[in-house]
Amino acid sequence: MAHTTEIKDAADVLIEEYGVDDHFHDHHEGDKYQSNFLMTYVFSMDHKIIAKQFLITGMFWAFIGAAMSVIFRLQLGFPESDMAWLQPILGKWIEVNDAGIGILSQEFYYALVTMHGTIIVFFVLTAGLSGTFSNLLIPLQVGTRDMASPFLNMLSYWFFFLAGLVMFLSLFVSTGPFSGGWVAYPPLSALSQASSGSGVGMDLWLLSLVFFVVSVLLGGINYVTTVLNLRTKGMTMWRLPLTIWAFLITAIIGILSFPVLVSGFFLLMFDRMLDTSFYLSEIFIGGQALDHVGGSPILYQHLFWFLGHPEVYIIILPAMGIVSEVLSVHSRKPIFGYRAMVFSILAIAFLSFLVWAHHMFMSGINPFISMIFTLFTLVIAVPSAVKVFNWIATLYKGNVRFNSASLFAIGFVSLFISGGLTGIFLGNSAIDIQMHDTYFVVAHFHIVMGIAAFFGMFAGIYHWFPKMYGRFMNETVGKIHFWITMIGAYAIFWPMHYIGIAGVPRRYYSFSNFDTFSQFAEMNKFITIAAIVVFVAQLFFVANFFYSIWKGKKQRVKNPWGATTLEWTTPIVPGHGNWPDKLPAVHRWSYDYGKGGEEFISQIQPVEDWEKEYDDH
Amino acid sequence: MMVATTDKKHALQSKKFGLWIGLGSITMMFVALTSAYIVRRSAGNWLEFKLPNMFFISTVVILISSMALELSYRAYNAHKEHVYKLWLFIALGLGLLFCLTQYWGWQQLYEIGVPLNGNPAGSFIYAISGLHVAHVVGGIMAILMAIYHAMSLPFFVSDERKNRFKMVLHYWHFVDILWIYLLLFFLVFR
Repeated sequence: MAHTTEIKDAADVLIEEYGVDDHFHDHHEGDKYQSNFLMTYVFSMDHKIIAKQFLITGMFWAFIGAAMSVIFRLQLGFPESDMAWLQPILGKWIEVNDAGIGILSQEFYYALVTMHGTIIVFFVLTAGLSGTFSNLLIPLQVGTRDMASPFLNMLSYWFFFLAGLVMFLSLFVSTGPFSGGWVAYPPLSALSQASSGSGVGMDLWLLSLVFFVVSVLLGGINYVTTVLNLRTKGMTMWRLPLTIWAFLITAIIGILSFPVLVSGFFLLMFDRMLDTSFYLSEIFIGGQALDHVGGSPILYQHLFWFLGHPEVYIIILPAMGIVSEVLSVHSRKPIFGYRAMVFSILAIAFLSFLVWAHHMFMSGINPFISMIFTLFTLVIAVPSAVKVFNWIATLYKGNVRFNSASLFAIGFVSLFISGGLTGIFLGNSAIDIQMHDTYFVVAHFHIVMGIAAFFGMFAGIYHWFPKMYGRFMNETVGKIHFWITMIGAYAIFWPMHYIGIAGVPRRYYSFSNFDTFSQFAEMNKFITIAAIVVFVAQLFFVANFFYSIWKGKKQRVKNPWGATTLEWTTPIVPGHGNWPDKLPAVHRWSYDYGKGGEEFISQIQPVEDWEKEYDDH
Repeated sequence: MMVATTDKKHALQSKKFGLWIGLGSITMMFVALTSAYIVRRSAGNWLEFKLPNMFFISTVVILISSMALELSYRAYNAHKEHVYKLWLFIALGLGLLFCLTQYWGWQQLYEIGVPLNGNPAGSFIYAISGLHVAHVVGGIMAILMAIYHAMSLPFFVSDERKNRFKMVLHYWHFVDILWIYLLLFFLVFR
């Protein structure tokens, strides 16, 4: 790369003096990877390129998933309006009646809701978020040349790609994609005659998610191995940035919980294809009795939610890690309570395996079991509150730079508080009798893990964009993006709490026939308009992103944010192997900001005598 | 494989480490299935039957196979080329025989009136042992790779080859122990 010949700065001098010589240049085999276009940008084994692949694929899916939500929001906000204009895209799923008015097919409405959930949860917030930033940051921040196995890393992306491809195809089959909800409960998911999407649509859905799990496991094994085995000299676990802690624990949760989902799917496939009765019992369909006897659909729910609940932490922990790092860098202060942050990540991860049945309070499980799950669920509030306290304490009296990255990080904290509080309501099995399956639940999880995770992702993209492309994203557009999204997100989901408490059920196609709910027609209209505005604001972001890749303001110095972590000691556009010569050695933790009058001290700076009186890090 | 880390020993260690994490994830899958079994069993309407005799024979087969691969590994370390190759082939043969005995076991199950699509008590046995066989097949592929290397490369002992062999060995012991766990589980929770 051309940039490796630039003038030496302080970081280069430090690395040359104290760095680890791993004879990088004696091994030329490593350079083979970037020999031609195909190997450099498509079948790349370089973690930085793979990160970009995850990010851009994730953005593609985010666009599809969000566009789907706009379509079903149109149905909910304007149920009587003419949707014939959508016919060129949706084809036969818009049924035009005799009066020439296009109506969204009811079957397809459910397919849209199902696909929106599946896509956003798995493809965007799991692969797009943790895939992107684990790949980009783990090798750069722990100080290694690449992942433990670059080959498995490449496979991880391509399995994700394959999963996406299969899911994308399922959108175009004539019976429609799967439409039984993203949780795929049997019998809707087990019997191909249950709904039009339960046939081929469900087959493809299952296939896609199995590929997806393979991708997550390959990625996760790599992340854990890299963090635990390939840290550079001096990088002890207690010196890792919180991003790395978050990615590490996320990967471990994934490795432990995704196989359980596969088990659930495995038995589901038996029920679908081999006529077994794991989940099916005494079912009549179309007036006909099926010969399935002795199964239990609740069994599937247990297996599903044993993944499903840890999955929400797989989504939110990377966002938390990113936010911790971004807040600390941009408030020019050490993160408050570093060890408490690590222990709360560990506590959240541990508890995440003990709360799955709170998704099943109303499915007929034993009320005494519900009690225990209520208890554990409420205990999760403790480490979560510790984290929130520490973020606010980090901001307190900080010299905060209000740029796009830090604004999104602050927005994350706001959303996490708002969404977390409603979790305390829903975690109670008694209150859940009223609240379950209403818009209150929709509001809760969209704010606390949907929008919040997106905010973490945006904070990360704005912050590390220079690391990815050597350019900055446009700040003005970034701030416009932030304010519209921030206000818009609350405008969408805040009203949903009210209609949820009033008992409006989620997943319904239309409320026009219910007198009780007709009073909310105007509110639904408002929500839909807010959703459209927020959707349009995201297009600003996408335009900014792609414009900035080629035309953004150029990064002139290696460490534009004045951060302490290792990724900013590489050349501006790091080549293969990240550091051109020696690997940096680490002498201190990752949050030395404002120590002894120094604005920040990089991790590669040896500890000097005057610092001894300051700390024990 | 092209690894950017140039510290070879470290890279080898991390590959084995990765394998162990993978084994952890496979373990979770079977833990989930056996817990599902217990949950379903406690709900009643559960068929009780004797496990097919073939399952015990297959247990012996896989145990010997594990031992054979271990002996092959030791012979390799001791630079005994022929013994090493011989035990490698024996391990492969016994691995294949294991799959066959499992299949015969399913036939026996069917004959005593426990079909795949009957009471879940039986379906679970087919599903769980079937998934285990799928993992054994993965191990057989790994042994085939080892045989391919043993026959095509000139014989020499190196850290890299030792490590590669060790990974196959660990996986093979793992599916062995996994089967013993499953057998004991089926015996205890009938």
